Amino acid sequence: MSGATTHGTRPGSGVVQVTGELIATRRAGAYHHLTFVAPGLAELARPGQFVALAVGGPTSANLLRRCFSIHKVSPSGTYGGTVDVVVAAHGPGTTWITELRAHDEVDIVGPLGRAFPLPKEPVACVLVGGGYGSAPLFWLAEALRERGCHVEMVLGAATESRLFGVVEARRHADGVTVTTDDGSAGARGWVSDVLPDVIRRTGAAVVYGCGPMGMLKSITDVAAAEGAVAQVAVEESMACGVGVCMTCVMPVVDKSGVTKMVRSCVEGPVFRGDRVRWDAFSDGWCRVPDDAVGAPRAGGH
Amino acid sequence: MTATSTSTASPTTGTTPDHPPATMVDMSVDLAGRRLPSPMMTASGCAANGRELGRFFDVAELGAFVTKSVMADPRSGRGTPRMAETPSGMLNSIGLQGPGISSFVENDLAWLKKAGARTLVSIAGNTSGEFADVAATLRASDAFDAVVGVEVNISCPNVANRGLVFACDPLASAKVIALVREQLPRDVPVFAKLTPDVTDIVSVAQSCVKAGADGLTMINTLLGMVIDTDLLRPQVAGVTGGLSGPAVRPVAVRAVWQTRAAMLEGRLPHVPIIGVGGVRTGRDALELVAAGASAVQVGTATFNDPSAPVRVGRELAQLLQDKGFARLSDVVGIAHERLARA
Repeated sequence: MSGATTHGTRPGSGVVQVTGELIATRRAGAYHHLTFVAPGLAELARPGQFVALAVGGPTSANLLRRCFSIHKVSPSGTYGGTVDVVVAAHGPGTTWITELRAHDEVDIVGPLGRAFPLPKEPVACVLVGGGYGSAPLFWLAEALRERGCHVEMVLGAATESRLFGVVEARRHADGVTVTTDDGSAGARGWVSDVLPDVIRRTGAAVVYGCGPMGMLKSITDVAAAEGAVAQVAVEESMACGVGVCMTCVMPVVDKSGVTKMVRSCVEGPVFRGDRVRWDAFSDGWCRVPDDAVGAPRAGGH
Repeated sequence: MTATSTSTASPTTGTTPDHPPATMVDMSVDLAGRRLPSPMMTASGCAANGRELGRFFDVAELGAFVTKSVMADPRSGRGTPRMAETPSGMLNSIGLQGPGISSFVENDLAWLKKAGARTLVSIAGNTSGEFADVAATLRASDAFDAVVGVEVNISCPNVANRGLVFACDPLASAKVIALVREQLPRDVPVFAKLTPDVTDIVSVAQSCVKAGADGLTMINTLLGMVIDTDLLRPQVAGVTGGLSGPAVRPVAVRAVWQTRAAMLEGRLPHVPIIGVGGVRTGRDALELVAAGASAVQVGTATFNDPSAPVRVGRELAQLLQDKGFARLSDVVGIAHERLARA
């Protein structure tokens, strides 16, 4: 059978399905940083987009793809275009990925989803990452600085080993603030504790965030209070990553003020923070707001 | 074409050609009067409504594109989490999210028509009257000529009265099918999509065919449940969900077999069966065909490989050629003949 080696992509579709060869894997604190050769993907990708990896090989009992935001791409290396992702071994699929060795192959689909929008003017920006949610922000920082933006980063995690990219941040940003819940690195506390100061000091107009939902909500609240726009990349569990399974939906308000259950893989993963219905999320569930289009009625579904 | 095949610098090795030479096997299918060039279809709810998979393959290459079940009004579906991965499969509880039939015909069906896709439209309803209303709006639409059939989803487990799925009751099934049949022209075949979660699937099939179904699609997902053992609570927000994927394939093969056997025994009129359930490879598709399916849908495997619906078709054609068959139609139900001979 040829499940893992079949390639599908159509010219102009903006996405490729390729067999990616792993050429480098290394530990990064609690995470694994992997580099795959993925021809055709790097040229199409922009910061904030993600890739969907099949796990376990062609006869795998784990059918669902695992989605990771793109840490970086390089269109023309020694091996051709490459894509980097950062993975935390949570379950059988991610563990399989972290146990891959050089020259192993993985079916990769990408780039997927909407990228972080970039400001037209060279305004100051703050990039906030929780845990390995920081993975796409370094590449974003580069793109922003190319446009003349002043860029600061705030990296937070439960503890030092769960931070990702502190050294890299110092290279990519004009200023870096680190927080940990236990105080093992940087300031003790949450990113939302230090964020108001950073926004005020830099006069930031945009706050970009990537990390757990709770953190993205507080980034959105802080940004609103400080008069900045929040652009957040959400983490919703996805089965396909390409828009066909309808599992990764969340309630988001559209331009005309109407709440809809939208797919975070195609309409996201980046949303304007103030458009997300954070009130619907609690305790690991997300309910459908009563005022959402097509919401269940009494006696309905 | 793929990026890898055009990139000589890539160290990637061992990939098979993306499009092996076309086989000489006649893969065409007569599906209740409609001639399709291929038996391959997407499965409802596993392919959205065309644009998404159109990025990976030409949707006109399929025998038919099967759309996500559409109801009368827009529907948000359920909250999340909506899915759980299970061994060789998944549990889903989407709750029939969709745009409603008016938006569907204007946007989705119009796109499919423009893309040249033969479309099998899946419809659903809370009541038998809603099924009929949806069928009527569909018939009246500008893009109706893209429709090669209507699949009546009387077996979705993710509805409020899930214990009372239409397809669990022969009479309720017959009522829905008869009302939909009335709304559609004779040359547009109606397929009843059945659940295997019944004591006797043949009696439900009999009831549907008697009420006017021109064919049968089997199987829908099986009702299942997963507990999150960290939180010790149901893993999906809808509590129960539909189980799909290769794990359920033997159930699909069995359902197709029993129904085809009933036709061969004269207990059920001969109507085409569309086989669906856990198909991931050409070999899997051949199982359903040999059991009696004239066409095959690829569902959950699409989440693993977005080009699966066309890849499986190529693999099936190659497999038939390797076995020396000239026509797909010669293989439909062949396992019954070979059992009889044994």
